[in-house]
Amino acid sequence: MPDAAPLIPQKNPEAGPPTPRDRLLPGALRLERLSLQVAGKTLVDIAKLSLEPRSVTVVMGPNGAGKSLFLRLVHGLIPPTSGWVSWGEVACGEATRSTQAMVFQKPVLLRRSVSANIDFVLRHRAGTKAERRARREELLTRVGLAGQAEQPARLLSGGEQQRLALARALATRPKVLLLDEPTASLDPASVQMIEQIVLAASAEETKVIFVTHDVGQARRLADDVAFLHHGQLVEHRPAAAFFNSPTSEAANAYLAGRIVL
Amino acid sequence: MQDFAGAFGLAFGLIASGDPDLFEIVGLSMRVSLTALLLSCLIGFPIGALLVVRKFFGRGIVIALVNSMMGFPPVVIGLLVYLALSRAGPMGWLGLLYSPTAMIIAQTLLIAPIVAALSRQVLEALQAEYDEQFRSLGVSRGSAMLALIVDGRYGLVTVALAGFGRAVAEVGAVIIVGGNIEHLTRVMTTAIALETSKGDLGMALALGIILMSIAVSVNLGASALRAVAERQAYA
Repeated sequence: MPDAAPLIPQKNPEAGPPTPRDRLLPGALRLERLSLQVAGKTLVDIAKLSLEPRSVTVVMGPNGAGKSLFLRLVHGLIPPTSGWVSWGEVACGEATRSTQAMVFQKPVLLRRSVSANIDFVLRHRAGTKAERRARREELLTRVGLAGQAEQPARLLSGGEQQRLALARALATRPKVLLLDEPTASLDPASVQMIEQIVLAASAEETKVIFVTHDVGQARRLADDVAFLHHGQLVEHRPAAAFFNSPTSEAANAYLAGRIVL
Repeated sequence: MQDFAGAFGLAFGLIASGDPDLFEIVGLSMRVSLTALLLSCLIGFPIGALLVVRKFFGRGIVIALVNSMMGFPPVVIGLLVYLALSRAGPMGWLGLLYSPTAMIIAQTLLIAPIVAALSRQVLEALQAEYDEQFRSLGVSRGSAMLALIVDGRYGLVTVALAGFGRAVAEVGAVIIVGGNIEHLTRVMTTAIALETSKGDLGMALALGIILMSIAVSVNLGASALRAVAERQAYA
């Protein structure tokens, strides 16, 4: 499907011109002919996509467009039916996944205290006990949970749980941060905090792929936008260009607030 | 009904007076069944976790096999352990037949499959929740198994209590490999069977009352623990 081939996104102005080495960075996603079929139904079918290694890419699209599946495919949680995915020229797999962290729509927290949830990830990392504790406190402070360190994690509010999940994701010092509608149905204060943390992570050279169907949030975060519809990539362009003049019918309707079927 | 009332009177008398024979039997019962339970948990929890974490070929068959071992008749297990431990058997040289150790072995074989099968069921639900997150974090299989056992601890306590209930109430296997020898291998269930057939209903009933109280308090304890766990959202 040649018409589905995306435009090459322009580099965001602050990041400077792209260098040949950029494609070797762990955040440089490239994929070709990626498709996922389940029981004869094609759920994802993307001819080609490459992402800048440092930008915040927002993935948008109506419900059922395949956004979550797209994220799981590029993270390597589910194998594609066909096609290939690579990060910085390394084929997607356990090696690339270990440099990435994913935050799920519904936070999955261990049945332990808040700090034990962070320790679970830090335990296998380098550093002394004191260093790990300092790191844990730093992370909890960053997401505003320092005062609740000893509480059972699953008694936190929805927003607090998601902030904890984000802190745990950052504990791995990921090169790529994947977020699957992390702020859906959260309180505004948590949404703002999560957005700020994500932008701060991006400023520290973490590649961010953020799935959302909140247009306002996409405008606040995106360097570039990939718009999915019926499992296909219908548009991938720099944020400003996408929001000002979406070329596809579906994206146009979506941004105008019309129901996209 | 005079016998009945008389038996109750005798039973409470024995319990209240702290009859040494009675409490020796209760003590041995607890020692044998708790040891068997401990061994069964050490065997059963990791097997349950492994069956949940590893999706190997033939996993369905193994699960069906473990499940069906839950219904294994105790007398048959007793017979098999007897054959293994009898003088002519492959492990006869250990000289364990008619000892508490033999009873522990039989009860472990009886309840380890129960603990394994039930803990697999308990951990399956947890795994469904944790699996993607663990794979995303790159958690090793061993760490995932440990995390499931730790986080499923309240469910696993219930599993252990079910296993204990089965072990402490079981007669068939322990009477074959233990032999119901006084002061050596006589436990509550075998003593009840013997005293009833001898007509000493007072002793039998006293043991029966204690056995029932243990079963009831074990279950109450499990419910209380569960309530605490739910309040902390750990269950």
